[in-house]
Amino acid sequence: MSNVSNAGTLKVRQPRRIGWLVWLFDWIADLGAVVSQWTADLGSLSIFSFQTLQWLLTRMPRKGTLIPAFYQIGVLSLPVVALTGTFIGIILAVQSYSQFRMMNLETRLGAVINMSLVRELGPVLAATMLAGRVGSAMSAELGTMRVTEQIDALESMGADPIHYLVVPRFLACLILIPALTIMADFMGVVGAAYYSVYMLNIDWFHYIHNSARFVGNFDLFSGVFKSLFFGAAIALIGCHRGFHCDPGAEGVGRAATMAFVQCFCTILFLDMLLNIVLESTYTMLWPKSPPLI
Amino acid sequence: MVDRTSSHEPRQPLLRIEQLSVRFGRQQVLRDLHLEVARGETVAVIGESGCGKTVLLKSIIGLLRPIQGKVYFDGQDIYRMNRKELTRTRVRFGFLFQQAALFDSMTIAQNVAFPLRQHSTRPEHEIRDIVIARLAEVGLPESILSKKPAELSGGMRKRVGLARALALEPELMLYDEPTTGLDPIMSDVINELILNTRRRHPVTSIVVTHDMHTAQKVADRVVMLYPLNRLGPNESQILYNGPPQLLESAQDRRVRQFVRGEAGERLMELRALNGATKYEG
Repeated sequence: MSNVSNAGTLKVRQPRRIGWLVWLFDWIADLGAVVSQWTADLGSLSIFSFQTLQWLLTRMPRKGTLIPAFYQIGVLSLPVVALTGTFIGIILAVQSYSQFRMMNLETRLGAVINMSLVRELGPVLAATMLAGRVGSAMSAELGTMRVTEQIDALESMGADPIHYLVVPRFLACLILIPALTIMADFMGVVGAAYYSVYMLNIDWFHYIHNSARFVGNFDLFSGVFKSLFFGAAIALIGCHRGFHCDPGAEGVGRAATMAFVQCFCTILFLDMLLNIVLESTYTMLWPKSPPLI
Repeated sequence: MVDRTSSHEPRQPLLRIEQLSVRFGRQQVLRDLHLEVARGETVAVIGESGCGKTVLLKSIIGLLRPIQGKVYFDGQDIYRMNRKELTRTRVRFGFLFQQAALFDSMTIAQNVAFPLRQHSTRPEHEIRDIVIARLAEVGLPESILSKKPAELSGGMRKRVGLARALALEPELMLYDEPTTGLDPIMSDVINELILNTRRRHPVTSIVVTHDMHTAQKVADRVVMLYPLNRLGPNESQILYNGPPQLLESAQDRRVRQFVRGEAGERLMELRALNGATKYEG
């Protein structure tokens, strides 16, 4: 009887203990799988980036592949980037005006708006916009090519898919995303100036004078310099996700979403890293000047 | 069961596959596969879906890397080649993909001209002439040159794919299910085109198919693969390797079943599975 009772007790308790342990082991296994997947993805992206750079340095792509990529990424993105820049400038003016007015510093509004635009908001928001427009589109396009065996067809005909498909897109992003960032900065500055002068009635002369005094060449340089890295990251991540797309419509959709999420996180991470580097460089070059950040 | 000492005359093989094993994660698709294809021969690879026919084709051209084994093309190991050598060798291959894999963003003319532009310095007018000639070979008119692949029917896309694969006059043609998804008339047109290609060019061909009509019509030899998950650990994956005429009288029951299209024990498996589902429900 006691055996039976012991067995009975065990029968009640054992599943609970095992269930808890199984849950723990499953959780550890899942965590391990996620970490291992991330590591594999990072390794694969690094090899992919290395191969792209290798092709870039050994053989330039043909004009026939470069021009459509430049048109798709540069020309077609122009309206949306210009619009984004203008709105950011106006929003900054609207948000800052009342607080600056309380301190009677309205004429300094241009300095703050332009500084934020040129150094931070212009490059980051333009890159975010382009991560959605260009990064996801590249990922979906190359993903569809992967799923429909077009990338295999390229390879089977002796054409390297990275040289043929990735290098033109990488070059277009590397050259045109900084150009689009300058466009976003310009439109933001113009939008903010127009709203401040014509809607908020701030004195034009003082607005321009203060803006010119506070925004220096290094601010302009730092924004454009960062956008070079953002452009490279958008191209590499977008193309890499497309190349490693899972089969089917769901796979293509997931690749496009993942491309945007990864581009966005990478842009913010690179922004943080580059700000630290640029701040240190600025302090090293001009030790007596006020800090950049 | 496995007829590796085929009765065909001994010729220098253009392609030799030795102990080829391919695995995706935990799933092994090909195991210790051995196959030789002689110059000028047409081999049909048959077998049910998922047995590794397409994987075999993609491994031959180096699009997939095996975990073990070698593929010799004209005496040279594909997997030991560097990038340049592999590119030079791939120019000697032609690959017709299952869904044709035409480039969506290009016109038909650009699609067929792609390998010519990639690997030759011919002037544009000469490329255009070759494109028109290749399209005429597959029975397509000049009027489709400026169309996009999406504007064509499935059969026409396949024929454009064939014209593109033949653009550089390959030595080895690989056909991945050339008649799948086509109506019987168009399937026969494609079969005729495969035969015509062989008559016009001295080409060696591997035709992956599960269409028995295609296998019987175009092949000198038929190789039947079987899914690994249905094989014993020491069984060869090649169930049949011989002339198409003897397929129906093959010793192996599984070959005869496939040729006749009999589900056999699969139906019992299905019934057992349905029964189990009902019981669980």
